[in-house]
Amino acid sequence: MSMPATELAAYNFAYLDEQTKRMIRRAILKAIAIPGYQVPFASREMPMPYGWGTGGVQVTAAILGPQDVLKVIDQGADDTTNAVSIRAFFQKVANVAVTTHTGEATVIQTRHRIPEDTLREGQVLVYQVPIPEPLRFLEPRETETRKMHALEEYGLMHVKLYEDIARHGRIATTYAYPVKVAGRYVMDPSPTPKFDNPKMHRSEALQLFGAGREKRIYAVPPFTDVVSLDFEDHPFEVQSFDKPCALCGARHVYLDEVVLDDRGGRMFVCSDTDYCETRRADGHVGEMLGQSQEAAE
Amino acid sequence: MDNRNEGFTGGFPDAVYNSQTVFRTLMDCMARPGSLGLVTPELMPPAPLGVAAGALMLTLCDHDTPVWLSPKIAQSNVPGWLAFHCGAPLTREKSEARFAFLEAGAHLPAIAHFALGAQDYPDRSTTLVIEIEALDGGRPLNLTGPGIRDVTHLAPRGLPAELLAQWTDNRALFPRGLDVVLTAGRQMIGLPRTCKITALEV
Ligand SMILES: [Zn+2]
Repeated sequence: MSMPATELAAYNFAYLDEQTKRMIRRAILKAIAIPGYQVPFASREMPMPYGWGTGGVQVTAAILGPQDVLKVIDQGADDTTNAVSIRAFFQKVANVAVTTHTGEATVIQTRHRIPEDTLREGQVLVYQVPIPEPLRFLEPRETETRKMHALEEYGLMHVKLYEDIARHGRIATTYAYPVKVAGRYVMDPSPTPKFDNPKMHRSEALQLFGAGREKRIYAVPPFTDVVSLDFEDHPFEVQSFDKPCALCGARHVYLDEVVLDDRGGRMFVCSDTDYCETRRADGHVGEMLGQSQEAAE
Repeated sequence: MDNRNEGFTGGFPDAVYNSQTVFRTLMDCMARPGSLGLVTPELMPPAPLGVAAGALMLTLCDHDTPVWLSPKIAQSNVPGWLAFHCGAPLTREKSEARFAFLEAGAHLPAIAHFALGAQDYPDRSTTLVIEIEALDGGRPLNLTGPGIRDVTHLAPRGLPAELLAQWTDNRALFPRGLDVVLTAGRQMIGLPRTCKITALEV
């Protein structure tokens, strides 16, 4: 990622010029007023490739101020190249305070996860979205999907989920699992695991979604119903894991598989690294750490 | 102050940071209908525009956003101030306005005359900023809807009499509809189209 050679001139505070920020801010306000509806906006080129979350970066840049504390996560981790680069970008162009602790952050930009700690009032969660249109795989034409949203015609989506059930005996979708927002719009929650869908429902935090390549912004206000689509005889269920986190022993959190060696050894650990580290600092010990402690004795 | 200069002075002392602060206040107000927002930057918009209403104008309006002004505001120094600070075009057609401003006590035009968005582009609608006497001390109202945990209470004083009746029609248009910001001096409250307003018996 190439950093822009800008000084921290006020006019380009947070990289974007004022006119662009106004345009994005107006889109955010309409997105909040129409929960789940995708507001078109004139996405700008950012000094990073599209796959790096330019939509989320633009939303963050438009809302961020000197008082904010920013956290950036990628798949739950603060220390991946993507998260580190975006955090460094905003430190440079907005001179903003940063943190890895969910509880300290006022703005959290995320790719593909929602933190395990319950978000609270006053926090803003900004999602990086690759494909904002939940109906895209069923109907590639934008004119048609727009019409379907306008008429609230979501039958096709239910047919797709039901075909899943017919084929696999269950709804096979595990990521970007479609939700209905405030009883009206069907929305793509971004490629978060469906494990995270219940966290969106009536969250105290404001949730903003930015898709850079597809030029869309959408939002879920706090305390807004977010319901995962399902059927009476096949209710929505989140993934469950057989074992707790191998490092901190946490249950009921989303775990990533980590391969330990080339003999098939593996362990499951919290995808939310801040959550896991905080638990370990508080003295919680998972199976793997327990073993290594015993081995050291 | 010399009235001839009023069109140029009284903007944000620090446009970049002040507009960010005001936007965040408004964003919170729209995300949490009924919660009170306070405009802290020092600015002096020309009368009859209030401080919060003027701050919203500076924060949101530019050459991409046609603005409709009430007859009284249109005859004040506000059009010059708006042109100088924002470069926003004025429109006489309410249906073309992205933003519209009413001073305290102004007659509320029929909401249906403003831009209400299309069924497939409901975002293309007017945001109406209405100055009122005060955001408290008036007739009690209950607000429910997205952004509100259960119910929130509001008692705006000097709300245009027609607003509540028209708001029911506005709600029926969803996802189309008008969004409203109530301002009183430095304070503001957001009323997005999703907000359900119920008048309490007194
Ligand atoms: Zn853990």
